[in-house]
Amino acid sequence: MTVTAQKASTASGAPRGSLRRSRPRYGERAIQAILLLAALVSIGTTVGIVYSLIPPTVEFFQRISFSEFFTGTNWAPLFEPPTYGVLPLLAGTLVITAIAVAVAIPLGLLAAIYLSEYAQPGVRKVLKPMLEILAGIPTVVYGFFALAFVTPLLRGVWPGDGPAIFNGLAAGIVMGVMIIPTVASLSEDAMSAVPQSLRDGAYALGSTRMLVSLRVVVPAALSGIVAAFVLGISRAIGETMIVTIAAGISPTIGWNPLQAMSTMTAFIAQAGSGDIPVQSFDYKTVFAVAALLFAITFVMNALSIRLVRKYREVYE
Amino acid sequence: MTTPADVGIPSGREDRGGRLGPTRHRPLEVLFHGVLLASLVIGVVFLATLLIYVIARGWARLDSRLWENFNSIRRPERAGAQAAIFGTIWVMALTALICLPVGILAAIHMEEYADKTKWWNRAIELNLQNLAAVPSIVYGILGLGILARQFGLGTSIITAAITLSLLVLPVVVVASREAIRAVPNTIRDGSLALGATKWQTIWKQILPASIPGIATGSILALSRAIGEAAPLLLLGAVTFVAFNPDSLTSAYTVLPIQIYDWIRQSREEFQVLAAAAIVILLAILLAMNSLAIYIRNRYQKRW
Repeated sequence: MTVTAQKASTASGAPRGSLRRSRPRYGERAIQAILLLAALVSIGTTVGIVYSLIPPTVEFFQRISFSEFFTGTNWAPLFEPPTYGVLPLLAGTLVITAIAVAVAIPLGLLAAIYLSEYAQPGVRKVLKPMLEILAGIPTVVYGFFALAFVTPLLRGVWPGDGPAIFNGLAAGIVMGVMIIPTVASLSEDAMSAVPQSLRDGAYALGSTRMLVSLRVVVPAALSGIVAAFVLGISRAIGETMIVTIAAGISPTIGWNPLQAMSTMTAFIAQAGSGDIPVQSFDYKTVFAVAALLFAITFVMNALSIRLVRKYREVYE
Repeated sequence: MTTPADVGIPSGREDRGGRLGPTRHRPLEVLFHGVLLASLVIGVVFLATLLIYVIARGWARLDSRLWENFNSIRRPERAGAQAAIFGTIWVMALTALICLPVGILAAIHMEEYADKTKWWNRAIELNLQNLAAVPSIVYGILGLGILARQFGLGTSIITAAITLSLLVLPVVVVASREAIRAVPNTIRDGSLALGATKWQTIWKQILPASIPGIATGSILALSRAIGEAAPLLLLGAVTFVAFNPDSLTSAYTVLPIQIYDWIRQSREEFQVLAAAAIVILLAILLAMNSLAIYIRNRYQKRW
């Protein structure tokens, strides 16, 4: 053994007994560079998004003042005369997101508690994939379901003047179901990261399973659960097809979810799906709204990532 | 503070009779269990309703016209989705060709080479987490502003494929990283100890061992790309297309966009058609997901 090792090291010219690399392996280094390049594609994507958003947005704000954009109450950029108050889009986004969140947060959290604390392995094995299927259904299908099934259903059971054909309520409910898996699976991850010793301690003190879940596991996993909520909200804000199909268009601020309402994403999809010329102001308007959407979701994602990191630091 | 009695804990010991198990019914516990289960059941019922509704609504048009004919605005009874089905196949094949190599190589870098103490490697990681949650329509903006306009690719198949590749890249990377991480270090050490270089170890040992996990994640990523409509709305896919794509730069449509287009038509026949096309789309997704689960169960090793 020793002889061969010495032979090998002398042959390659390295100092005798050294364990360091004996040859510069250029092939290995080239591969390493290629791998780094592949990893940098993701950075390039972010840079590309920011780079594509900034110039048109800057041009937009050269013509439309910040105060008109952020305080105007009428959004009709494609009409004559155009108005550029983004508040109706923000209000629509807020209302629909609130409905979605009201559906997804309780259902998602309770489902997560069940899967993490109550379900027998067999039951879990059946129910968890079901939730994952919900996450895998294309959003255009959800949109169709909201428009063709949920809205007529709501109109049928609603006493008095029911929801309009296009309304925020159906879009919000369906969107809520769509983000249940996001909330549930992230919350469940956080709950499974809670050490078993905490549960055992609580049981030893005579706690019931419900008490252990609500007073020990949920508080211990709180930062992860909040991260799940934030990510769910961010997904609701960014969801496009459901609102484009089922929520309609409204140029003014409407807080009534029974009526049609526009969101930022729906505006981008509707205005951007035609072949708009690059020089046109409509093109810049689409990018300005997209920049606002990107900024909002970026802040929420950053918050969510921070919170997840916090619980990981504590328990893992 | 809630007293123990409020939450259904037996307050005295006299009724326990020396056993450790619960002796009293705890209505609140049972109720809570019921509520938890109900919250899951709601999701499952919703899913079942959606599937049944779509199949029932589209049943009348779920025949060969759907994949043999092209779209027709004036004669819905003859309209089909062949252009969209072929468009979906083209876009998916290209997306796989672009995003799988990039995603897997990036995952190898992050798992095997990246020095976590270096700020750029942490930046890559953080950036990837953030990208996973960027709204899909923003990727459409990226495709429109950079790929279609700056790079001059126009609103063509290749623009769509690159955009979707970037969209699902975080999914591929995360899945591949998990698969690579699951390979035990003893295999790395064994290979290195026998004199293999780092890349030889990765290429001959780590990658083959992690392929089932990578394949599963990749299929799931692609199935997400197949259902994606929002970014493609901005990339010209919505135009009326009555031919199959024949090159990287040809005009195209895909199934989700074709469905969206039919949903927007006011005539009832198109709603039925949309439902039928949705059944096809869901069937494709189901097939892909089943394949992913099969690969996971059949080939994945437990170390």
